[in-house]
Amino acid sequence: MRIRSAALAAILTLALPAWAGVADIEAPAFTLQSADGRTVSLAQFKGDVVMINFWASWCGPCRQEMPLLDDIYKQYKDMGFTLLGVNVEPDAHDANAWLKKTPVSYPILYDPKSRVSQLYRVQAMPATVIVDRNGVVRFMHNGYLPGDENRYMNSIRALIVQ
Amino acid sequence: MAALCLAGFPAAAGVLPEDRADALYHRYQGGGITVQGPSILVQKRIGDHFAVNANYYQDMISSASIDVLLSASPYKETRTQKTGGVQYLHGKTTYSAGFINSVEPDYKANTSYYSISQDMFGDLTTVTLSYSRGWDRIFRDIKANGVIANDPTFHQRADHRVYGVSVSQILSRSLLGTFEYQFSSDQGYLASPYREIRYLDPNNPAGYTLAPQIYPGTRTMDALSTSLKYYLPYRAALTAKYRYFTDSWGIRAHTLQMDYVQPVRHHWTLDGNIRYYRQGAASFFSDLFPYANYSNYMARDRELAAFHSITLGLEASYAFSIPRLSWIQRSTATLRFDRMVVDYLDYRDALYSKYDPGAIKAGREPLYTLDASIYQAYVSLWF
Amino acid sequence: MSNPSRLLAWARVTLVVTALLGPVSACAPIEPWVKPYEREHLADRIMALDRNPISSTYLDHVFETREGARGATGAVGGGCGCN
Repeated sequence: MRIRSAALAAILTLALPAWAGVADIEAPAFTLQSADGRTVSLAQFKGDVVMINFWASWCGPCRQEMPLLDDIYKQYKDMGFTLLGVNVEPDAHDANAWLKKTPVSYPILYDPKSRVSQLYRVQAMPATVIVDRNGVVRFMHNGYLPGDENRYMNSIRALIVQ
Repeated sequence: MAALCLAGFPAAAGVLPEDRADALYHRYQGGGITVQGPSILVQKRIGDHFAVNANYYQDMISSASIDVLLSASPYKETRTQKTGGVQYLHGKTTYSAGFINSVEPDYKANTSYYSISQDMFGDLTTVTLSYSRGWDRIFRDIKANGVIANDPTFHQRADHRVYGVSVSQILSRSLLGTFEYQFSSDQGYLASPYREIRYLDPNNPAGYTLAPQIYPGTRTMDALSTSLKYYLPYRAALTAKYRYFTDSWGIRAHTLQMDYVQPVRHHWTLDGNIRYYRQGAASFFSDLFPYANYSNYMARDRELAAFHSITLGLEASYAFSIPRLSWIQRSTATLRFDRMVVDYLDYRDALYSKYDPGAIKAGREPLYTLDASIYQAYVSLWF
Repeated sequence: MSNPSRLLAWARVTLVVTALLGPVSACAPIEPWVKPYEREHLADRIMALDRNPISSTYLDHVFETREGARGATGAVGGGCGCN
């Protein structure tokens, strides 16, 4: 009996979910190289709603989500919205090979030294951050499950009208 | 001797297993035994939170082993094992449950298993608790009028319980570590209806007389294992594993394993493996007891003897594409060969004195050695 | 060691492990020292702890039927008894 209640207590402790918080902070500034050779800064997009998606070619859910992000980009890009895909891999070779097979139309930036990943305290892969027209982080999402793209769109719609 | 077979499908918390199907042909040849058969495994996600798996496995046994030749006659039989399992993912916790049914003419076993797996510390740590319960029914085949059937007077039961806790830990960007502890408890008929012991008997031309074995009715076991897996910068992985085993029968065993895997060119993956195993004998084991009824428990099963073995394995896997079936993301064909060499330290080849009585004194026969070849050929599909 | 006291020992080990890790993970004060964006090696296929379960399960079975030792092989799931 004591053993069973001990085991039950152990199992319940394990089932406690990890708690993570989201804060409304000013989006940290950054400057990165883009896939087409330009230098891109977050400051360039002040006044736009900016969605920053941290991804890697070795991450399954990231690859799954990117075509859907491309659809979102095409739908909202003329309404003062932009999407930046920040690739976190130290070596861009695998990322470029994958982009060749599955291209996207939104800008791809390289963060090989993980400076921007650290700045934005990326806690999972993929990570999605949406910044409003004033440069404040208003939405953060870790991971990707089918259906999450609807949550992104709800957030974008709310911020675009501001 | 009751042996365990596994339906081991690893539970990784936080992510459901990938969709996959494998079809395997396996073949073991050594020591006068050939065991071959298929194994089919399917794993499929259902929605975002569930995954199911199923396995169909067969052993087709053709045995003229040293044990069989000593006190029985060569036989053929088939064992069929079916497994079904389900996994449920909620946040960072994975709950698994499954059932295994194994049937052969003289042994029917059912096992249920459960586990909970949890990711912690930003997914650096995964802790898994597991429990399984087995119910066995043991029969004995006898030949009556040239037909093999169950002996109606022989029907035994055995129960198994296994408790496990395991931790897998990301140690660095290139290093993974694991630790596992398992406690098992067996109860009931744990012997073999066919095996016998022998004792020194000068009245017998062979020098010994066979007699029934007597096993304890319980067995408790502890197994502790640890492993490290390291990513080599030129894209290869090196694994080292160690397991320590001890039980209430006095057996102590060490297992040491090293594995090296390397992708080669674009399509190939090569794998080399070496396994060293060393076991001390059970306290009631003896190859030749000094006289009849020597002790309360007596066994001569070589699985309980003192021995060491080395197994060398080589595996080659080829990734191919099936252009017409675009829903298949990846497919591989794999061939694997393992060679196992076992040297017994206190178990002798008693067939020498059986077939040539008086030529060699009982207890002076050469120590038994076993060479076995294990073949595997399988195709894997990811979809 | 007798059966009940062995079970108690297992329960104690498990309780200690989960008591140490459970509440800590819930509050998450320990920063992961390998960030999620640093997992490219660990995510590689070849670093999977069990790349081909159908094959490793079969080999585990081959060894268990011929050896006295069993368990702690990394496979989740029970054992069934068979000759």
